[in-house]
Amino acid sequence: MGKPKLATTSLCGCFGCHMSVLDIDDRILKLIELVDFDKSPIDDIKEFTGPVDIGLIEGGCCNEENVHVLKDFRKNCKILISVGDCAIDGGIPALRNNIPLKECFDEAYSTDNRLGPAVLNPSGKVPNDPELPLLLDRVYPCSEIVKIDYHLPGCPPPADTIWEAMVALLTDKPVALPYELIKYD
Amino acid sequence: MSETLESAVKAVCSECGNDRERMMDIVRAIQGKFGCVSSEAMDMIAKQLATHRVEVESVVSFYSFLSDRPKGKVVIRLCDDIIDEMAGSADVANAFATELGIGIGETTADGKITLEHTPCIGMCDQVPAAMVNDVVVTNLTPAKVKDIVAKLKADVDADLVDAPGDGNNANDLVKAMVQNNIQQSGDVIFAGMEPGAAIKKALEMAPKDVIAEVTKSKLRGRGGAGFPTGLKWKFTSDAPGAEKFVLCNADEGEPGTFKDRVILTEQPDMMFEGMTVAGYAIDASTGVVYLRAEYAYLREYLESVLARRRSDGLLGKSVCGKDGFDFDIRIQMGAGAYICGEETALISSCEGLRGDPKNRPPFPAQEGYKAGPTTVNNVETFCCCARVMEKGADWFAGIGDGQSVGTKLLSISGDCGKPGIYEVPFGITVDEMLKMCGAKDTAAVQVGGASGQMIGKNDFGRKICYDDLATGGSIMIFNSKRDLLKVAEKFMEFFVDESCGYCTPCRAGNVLLLNALKTILAGKGEASDLEYIETLGNTVIKASRCGLGQTSPNPILTTLKNFRPAYEALLVAPSKDGYQVSFDIKAAVGDAAAIAGRDSVHAY
Amino acid sequence: MSDTITLTIDGVEIQGKPGQTIMEAADAAGIYIPRLCAMDGLVPHGSCRVCTVMVNGRPQSACTQPIAPGIVVDNETDEINAIRRDIVDMLFVEGNHFCMFCEKSGNCELQAVAYRLGIAAPRFPFQFPDCGIDASHPDIFIDRDRCILCGRCVRASQDLDGKDVFGFVGRGSEKRIAVNSDAKLKDTNIDVTDKAVEACPVGALLKKRVGFAVPIGQRKYDHKPIGSDIEQNKGSL
Ligand SMILES: Cc1cc2nc3c(=O)[nH]c(=O)nc-3n(C[C@H](O)[C@H](O)[C@H](O)COP(=O)(O)O)c2cc1C
Ligand code: SF4
Repeated sequence: MGKPKLATTSLCGCFGCHMSVLDIDDRILKLIELVDFDKSPIDDIKEFTGPVDIGLIEGGCCNEENVHVLKDFRKNCKILISVGDCAIDGGIPALRNNIPLKECFDEAYSTDNRLGPAVLNPSGKVPNDPELPLLLDRVYPCSEIVKIDYHLPGCPPPADTIWEAMVALLTDKPVALPYELIKYD
Repeated sequence: MSETLESAVKAVCSECGNDRERMMDIVRAIQGKFGCVSSEAMDMIAKQLATHRVEVESVVSFYSFLSDRPKGKVVIRLCDDIIDEMAGSADVANAFATELGIGIGETTADGKITLEHTPCIGMCDQVPAAMVNDVVVTNLTPAKVKDIVAKLKADVDADLVDAPGDGNNANDLVKAMVQNNIQQSGDVIFAGMEPGAAIKKALEMAPKDVIAEVTKSKLRGRGGAGFPTGLKWKFTSDAPGAEKFVLCNADEGEPGTFKDRVILTEQPDMMFEGMTVAGYAIDASTGVVYLRAEYAYLREYLESVLARRRSDGLLGKSVCGKDGFDFDIRIQMGAGAYICGEETALISSCEGLRGDPKNRPPFPAQEGYKAGPTTVNNVETFCCCARVMEKGADWFAGIGDGQSVGTKLLSISGDCGKPGIYEVPFGITVDEMLKMCGAKDTAAVQVGGASGQMIGKNDFGRKICYDDLATGGSIMIFNSKRDLLKVAEKFMEFFVDESCGYCTPCRAGNVLLLNALKTILAGKGEASDLEYIETLGNTVIKASRCGLGQTSPNPILTTLKNFRPAYEALLVAPSKDGYQVSFDIKAAVGDAAAIAGRDSVHAY
Repeated sequence: MSDTITLTIDGVEIQGKPGQTIMEAADAAGIYIPRLCAMDGLVPHGSCRVCTVMVNGRPQSACTQPIAPGIVVDNETDEINAIRRDIVDMLFVEGNHFCMFCEKSGNCELQAVAYRLGIAAPRFPFQFPDCGIDASHPDIFIDRDRCILCGRCVRASQDLDGKDVFGFVGRGSEKRIAVNSDAKLKDTNIDVTDKAVEACPVGALLKKRVGFAVPIGQRKYDHKPIGSDIEQNKGSL
C-alpha cells in the first residue's frame, strides 16, 4: 500500500488558507512522509491522478467553475474538508450575497461615476468572454453544493489546527481539536 | 382632511386619559382615521403620552392591522387559510386583483383600496371569506367579488350586506352576512339562561364556595391548554394583591376555530355572566374582554349588551344589589396577532405593549394584568362557569367522559357536508364526529388547529377529550384528494408569520423548518432531511418560551409521524457522488447568464 | 435552616437562597450555565434560550426559573448540549457573522459560547439577511446583521442609563432592534460612555475607532472558555 493521498484547492478564497498549510513550517516534511500530494496548487498537479484520501477546500463557490472543481473534489476524495471561513460560510466574498448581481457588476465596471468604476474600465462593459465562468447569484458555502465531512474554521485556520486535523485523520484518530484550535478569525 | 393629525392625536389621547396603557386603543383610532400611524403620528403620540417614541413604534410594527405606511380608506383582507384555499380563495384573490388592478399587498392609485392577505378570520364554515375594513364578506365567488368592488369603487362606505345572516347577525348593531351555522346544540352553551340567574346563585354563596363549586364541576379550560378552572380561580383568589382582574380570551386565533364567534353572537350574556361570577369569586372589580380585531363587527352589539346589563344591575356598583361587589367589564380590541391569544401576550397587549408573552413565573394568577392577580379564561369556559352556577356542579359533571366533563363546542370545517358549530359531550370519537358532519372519503383530520395534530384513519377511533385528542375546538377535515404536506406548509407559514420573535428557537427555527419542508416539496429532499426536521423540530419544541413555539413544529412532525409515506414519496436518492441534490446550478447561474446574454458553456 | 434551598445540578447538591434563579444559584456554586441574553445587573430576559436546562425533566430557562427545594436540574447532558448547539447555530445563520473582520471577535460572547460548545460550523444553512447598519452617530454604530436580539442594550439603557434609547420593532423573523427616534442613532441621547454600549454581547453595537485594539492571542476568550471565571468559584463556598 502506498501512502495516503492529499489534494487541495482554492475556490473563491485568497490562498490564505494555503499559506496556513505552509505555515506548519518544518512539519511539512513530516507531512510529506505521511502523504503524497495529488491535485494541488502546492505541487501544481492540475488533474486528479486517481482516488484521493483527503481533499482540502479553501474558499466558497462564487462561479460555475468553483462548483465544477468542488464537485470534482467530492467525487475523487474520500474525505472532504472545508478549510477556512470562506469554504464554510462564503466568507468575505459572501458580503455580496444580499446585493443583486447586476448591482455588483455595475459597482465594479460601470463608467457611471455614481456607481463605479472600481476598476479602470473606460468601455464600461462587463467582461464577457465565453471563457469566463458565469458568476453564481450569490456565494455559496461549500456544504450547500456537496457533502462536507469536516469543517476547520478560521480566517485562516491556524496552521496547528490544520496539522492536528491532518494527523488525526491520517492516523485514524477522531478529530477532536482542543479549545484553542477552534477559532473563527 | 378636516381634522389635522395633531388635533386628532391630542383628542384620541385625551379621550384615553393620556394613559400609556391604552396604547392599543390610541393607535387603532389613529390608524382608523388616517389609514396609518405615520412616523409623525408616533412622535406626537409619544409626546402626548409622555413616553418614548420607540414604545409607540414597537406596538405599531407588531400588529398586522396597524401600519406606519398609508393604506387605502378600505382595506380588503382576504383570508388565506387552508380551508379558504380549498374552497377557491385563489380565484377570489385573482378576481379582486383583476377588478382592482392591483396585486396583493398593494393599494389602488387613488389611494382608496388596499388588498391584503390575512390568516384565519374565523369564518371557515363559510369560505372563502374576507374582511372589508370591519365588514365580513363570506362565501365569496369571483362574481360576488366583481359586485363588491363595483360598490366600493362607487362609494368606499357602501353597504355590502344585502342579506344579513341568522340570529343576532341580523341585529341592527351587527348586520353581518355571517351565518351562525349551529348544527347541533347541547345543554350547556346553546340552551337558554335567564340573565342574572347564575350571578344570583353565586351571590348566595361565599366566594370561596363558588370556587369550590367550579372545582367540583371538574371544568377545565376550553381555550386549548385545559387547565382546571376552579384551581386557576383559587390561585388567583389566594394570591396577594390589591387589585385583581378577570380577563376573557376572545382572541380566537387558532386556524379553524370559530366557536367563540358564535358564542359572542348568540350567548354574550352567558359569557359576561361567567365573567361576573369569576369577579365575585376572586374578588375582582374589573373584567376585560380581549376581542380579536377580526371580530370588530361584533363590538357595538357587545357594548350594547354590556350597557343593558349595567342598566339591569348585572354590572356596575353593587351587582344584583350585593353590597361591596362592584364589577364592570370593558372590551379591549386586538389588532391582528395570533400570539395575543396566549394569555401572557394577551396581558401585554391589554397593557398597551407589543404582544410579547411574559416570562413565567410569575403566572398571571400571581401577577398578571397591571401586575395584579389575574384569571384568564376562554369565552366558552366562562359560559360553562355560568351554567355550573345555574345548574350545579353535579349536573355539569354528569355530562361527558371521565375527566373531561361538560360539552365541547367543535368548529368543524373542510371536506364535510355540514360545516359549522357542534356542541357535543366530551368523549365523542372522531368516527362519530365525521358521520355527524357528513364527511366522506376522509383521509385526515387536523385536531386542535395548526398547533394541534394531523391524524389519519388509524386514529379515527380515538376520543375527543383532554386525555386523548385535546382540542380548543378546531377540527379541519381533509379528504383523500388533498395534499397534506401542502397543508403542513400552510400552517408552518402561519407560525413563521405569527411568531412574536422574542426567543431564538421559534423565531429562527420555524424559518429553517419551513425551508426544509419547501425543499422536500420541491422534490429536492433526501432521507436525511427527515431526520434533520425531526431533530430541529425537537429543539424548537423543547427550547421555545411559550406555547406557540412549543407547538409550532407540530404540523410537520405530526404529518411526518402519521403520513410518512407522503414525505417519502417526494424524496430523491442522495447523489452517489456526494453532491447536494438541493443545489440547482441552472438557477444559480441564471442571473449571470441573463446579464451576459449567453448560456453557460457547460450543459446543465 | 430555612433560608437556604437545596437543589441538585448535574448530580451535585448545591445550596441556594430563596428568590434566586437557577442561574444565580449555579453561578454562586461555581457551575456555569451557558447564556447570552443574561447579564449581571440586568433583569432576566429569557429570550436567547441558550441557558435551557431540564428541571425535573422539563425544559426551563435557567435565567428566569426560580430555584425550589429538591429540584433536580440537568445542565450538561448530550440532549441539552444538542439543543444549545442548535440555538447557537440558529443565531449564527440568522445573521451575518463575519468574525474575520468583526471588531468584537475574541471578545464576543456568541462566538465564545460556540467555541465552548465545540462548534466548528453551524449545521443550518446560512440565511444572509440584510438588516441594515446605522453608522450615523459619530462615536457608535449599530450593525443589525450581527444583532442577536438579546435585549441587553434595551435593558441597560432603560435600567442602568435611565434613557430608553433602544426598543424592538417588528415581529417574528422581522424583529429588529430600533432606536428611540424616527431617524437614526445620532438623533438619540445615547452617549459613548453609556452602559448600553458595553452591554452588547456581540459586535452589533460598537464604539467607533477602537476596534482591534487587543492583539489576537490576548483577547478575552482566546485561551479560556467563557464561563471559566464562574467555574473558578467551584468549591470555594
Ligand atoms: C399561541 C397561543 C395562542 C392561543 N390562543 C388562544 C385563543 O385564541 N383563545 C383562547 O381562549 N386561548 C388561547 N390560548 C390559550 C391561552 O394561553 C390560555 O391558556 C387560555 O386562554 C386559558 O383559558 P382557559 O383555561 O379557559 O382555556 C393560546 C395559547 C397559545 C400558546
Ligand atoms: S415561542 Fe415564539 S411566540 Fe413564544 S415567546 Fe418565543 S418567539 Fe415569541
